[in-house]
Amino acid sequence: MMFELSEDHVMMRKMVRDFAENECAAGAEERDEKEEFPSEIWHKLAELGLAGITFPEKYGGVEADYLSYAIAVEELSRVDASVGVTVSAHSSLCANPIYLFGTEEQKQKYLVPLASGEKIGAFGLTEPMAGSDASGTRTTAVKDGNDYIINGSKIFITNAYEADTYVVTAQMDKSKGNKGIAAFILEKGMPGFTFGKKEKKMGIRSSATYELVFDNVRVPGENLLGEEGQGFKIAMITLDFGRIGIASQALGIAQGAYEQAKNYAKERVQFGQPIAQFQANQFKLADMATQIEAARLLVYQSAYLATQHKPVSKASAMAKLHASETAMWVTTQAVQMHGGYGYTREYPVERMMRDAKITEIYEGTSEVQRIVIASHILKE
Amino acid sequence: MPKGIWIFVEQAAGKIRKISFELLSQGRKIADQTGEPLVAVIIGEKVANLAKEAAEYGADKVYLLDSPQLAQYTTGAYTSVLTKLLRNEEPQAFLMGHTALAKDLAPRLAQRLGVGLASDIIDIEVNQEKFLLFKRPVFTGSAFSFVEILTKPLLATVRAKSFVASEPDPTRQAEVIEVAAEIDPGDLKVILKDVALIVTSRPALTEADIVISGGRGMKAKENFTILEDLADVVGAAVGASRAAVDSGWIDNQFQVGQTGSIVAPTLYIACGISGAIQHIAGMGASKVIIAINKDPDAPIFNVADYGIVGDLFEVVPLLTEEFKKLVNE
Amino acid sequence: MNIVVLMKQTVDTEAKIVLNSDGKIDTNGVTLVINPLDEYAIEEALRIKERLGGEVTIVTLGGDQATAAVRSALAMGADKAVQINDPALGEVDEGMAATILAKAVQTLPHDIVLAGVMDTDNGSAQVAVRMAEKMELPSISSVTKLDIDESLATAKRVIDGGLATLEVTLPAVITVVQGINEVRYPSVAGIMKAKKKPLTVLKLSDLGLDASNLAVQAKVLKFTLPIPRQGGKKLPGEPAEAASLLARLLREEAKVL
Repeated sequence: MMFELSEDHVMMRKMVRDFAENECAAGAEERDEKEEFPSEIWHKLAELGLAGITFPEKYGGVEADYLSYAIAVEELSRVDASVGVTVSAHSSLCANPIYLFGTEEQKQKYLVPLASGEKIGAFGLTEPMAGSDASGTRTTAVKDGNDYIINGSKIFITNAYEADTYVVTAQMDKSKGNKGIAAFILEKGMPGFTFGKKEKKMGIRSSATYELVFDNVRVPGENLLGEEGQGFKIAMITLDFGRIGIASQALGIAQGAYEQAKNYAKERVQFGQPIAQFQANQFKLADMATQIEAARLLVYQSAYLATQHKPVSKASAMAKLHASETAMWVTTQAVQMHGGYGYTREYPVERMMRDAKITEIYEGTSEVQRIVIASHILKE
Repeated sequence: MPKGIWIFVEQAAGKIRKISFELLSQGRKIADQTGEPLVAVIIGEKVANLAKEAAEYGADKVYLLDSPQLAQYTTGAYTSVLTKLLRNEEPQAFLMGHTALAKDLAPRLAQRLGVGLASDIIDIEVNQEKFLLFKRPVFTGSAFSFVEILTKPLLATVRAKSFVASEPDPTRQAEVIEVAAEIDPGDLKVILKDVALIVTSRPALTEADIVISGGRGMKAKENFTILEDLADVVGAAVGASRAAVDSGWIDNQFQVGQTGSIVAPTLYIACGISGAIQHIAGMGASKVIIAINKDPDAPIFNVADYGIVGDLFEVVPLLTEEFKKLVNE
Repeated sequence: MNIVVLMKQTVDTEAKIVLNSDGKIDTNGVTLVINPLDEYAIEEALRIKERLGGEVTIVTLGGDQATAAVRSALAMGADKAVQINDPALGEVDEGMAATILAKAVQTLPHDIVLAGVMDTDNGSAQVAVRMAEKMELPSISSVTKLDIDESLATAKRVIDGGLATLEVTLPAVITVVQGINEVRYPSVAGIMKAKKKPLTVLKLSDLGLDASNLAVQAKVLKFTLPIPRQGGKKLPGEPAEAASLLARLLREEAKVL
């Protein structure tokens, strides 16, 4: 069990922190207000290798471990959670399933440009009738010669519209339930594949969230990911790893908000002293710091297991559950500690609080995480 | 045999720089305290007329190194001639202003002479046993170190405005000695191709009595004209924080800060500058500091004698009008 | 081209400086970084290598804690490093540092030696130029633009009031100022490769030096902390009133106008 970061990880944290502070911090509020996707930031972070952290060098990745990835997403999210989720969804939800389940040809064609960041990736699982219940998938795929024709829609898709590559699930045989679902690799621009409305969100507003619409989209047979009927399993495994990314994002948000609260409390004077001197605030800060530390250890543990190719499902569910609930609580307290100022756009904590909420919902709600954890622990 | 407190009297475009008057004045005091003669060294081309001014500010003796090869400063030529002179005359101390020239010259000179050098000092203490002790800022101005140089001559470069220039005494005379400039050809490896000076009627940052600076709050290059308008009413220099320079709104030349110019004017007006430590290191010794910033929590207010929490785009033009009134009174 | 960069590890300029019980600067818990001005030198070296080919070697005089800074420089893209780390060294002044670094650089092929103009701890801007003198190499300091054509270096140097353009035939020592370039972030790949790059650690004896022969010439007798400047008044009122009040105070109270 390692409780101290190696030199590499310390360097990684410093590099991403410096990058986040220099490149992301200043524009975060404006991008949030304008719902503007961080395109320029994406190119810069891709150049540094942050789009393909865990993938093998032969596919243009950097072949670093999951901990490096977790640290990167955490540090980006500490400053701008929208940038954090852009990287996380791209890497864990699109590039990773192609890496885990793709053929060599698919990896060369799709994983290489994703790992370099030349192309952005997205994952289309969620539908109006299929949120926590993925078996409610109504998007269909029908075999036609060597191809598949896809019809249906997806909602709340992160990186949609900006992404070039999409891993999408579709039902091929309703009678088989989950075992009838298949996964496909789609490209932006395929005829019939369009985008619906851009979602107006409470938080992570500069992260791109759109509907995907499939109207008789002809997908070549070579773009089937894995095997027919394997789609649900691919989605679940993808989410097991994806949780590490979201847990890291939530951890970063919590860390950023906590630092803001702490610094504010040290400066803000009321009743003749900095409010950090009042025990009620000290207790709050102590609790924040402790919860964050606990979340960090859970995140790092799940990253460690992922790197070791050990089962990661329970650990990543715990990490995501705890980190997201911590982020929501810490950001709420951070706004509270700022008083009226915390409620205004002058200070970043209101954005952090709005950003935190989604971490309790996407990539499996906190309720779903508890189901996953329970299913593991009851077998032990 | 008292060999003297020597002052490098730096000239630029045929005029003695302000800092040299400050050093001569303080040097005079040190000379009187220690019983040493005060000696000035002037290097350049056609600089003989400057000897009189050096005398007026307190020099007992002036060495002139006058040669076409010394018209413009080059590391090699100046190191060469000074080394010979200092080795021959063996002064007790040799002080220079911490200017761009001396920053380059002093370490080269110190190394060639095989002696220690105290750089960028802000005070000199005349000490019974140790002769002269030097005080200098370290760690971004967060601490001071007190340095004893164990070798002779004591070499030091002095920060501008650490000392005050006295009134010149037009009756003072000095012995003027012309020294032949013998430059080692081996010292002429670096060739000066061109000198491009910024033409401005405004005073140099480190010499100005008033500095008006702009920071991140200036928002654009064009907006610096409002600071220039204010500066021109009172004959001030214009400066900038690193943020403004990095944003491309103003040239590097104007940066005030740890890695830019370090200034200590009588009045420093910081407009839209938050007050990062590195900036404060560059202006914290100003006599009076004014801060104009929209953010009431900006750290600059912690060092400002007077602050206005407000929009600099409103305040600065109004201040310009107020200063005009004062000037006309 | 053989490019050598002198690098020093310094205290983060944001760090709060306090004195310990011995009256020395307390370095416990302070963040240590690559001297920001040396970062510009490293970046310049990497750009020269990218343009002209060659190798970049980092040379550092520093104790165990400096190794992290060396690795960061390697992560940026430098090829190898030499660290002079000798516990026998006590107080080191600029002259001693120059002597030691000169010996180290002399063991390496060097066409150009780059360094930041000064370090943010000491602020004396002496070491690299002293080292050049010791090595009998020409030097140009405070360079804001550097061009190299074969073995001719053309540099724009910051002088009071403007810029001077100078030329020198390599080998030479060049010190650089902030703004000469934009320092890159180390890439993830760079960070991973850093630990595999050669880092040679030398003692003084490896350089034919003996700590007893190296004498301090500029001795620090003590440190003090400055009396912090107090914040003054925030002038009330609308901009027009505040400006008027300020002008009056500057004339009558502060007496500076």
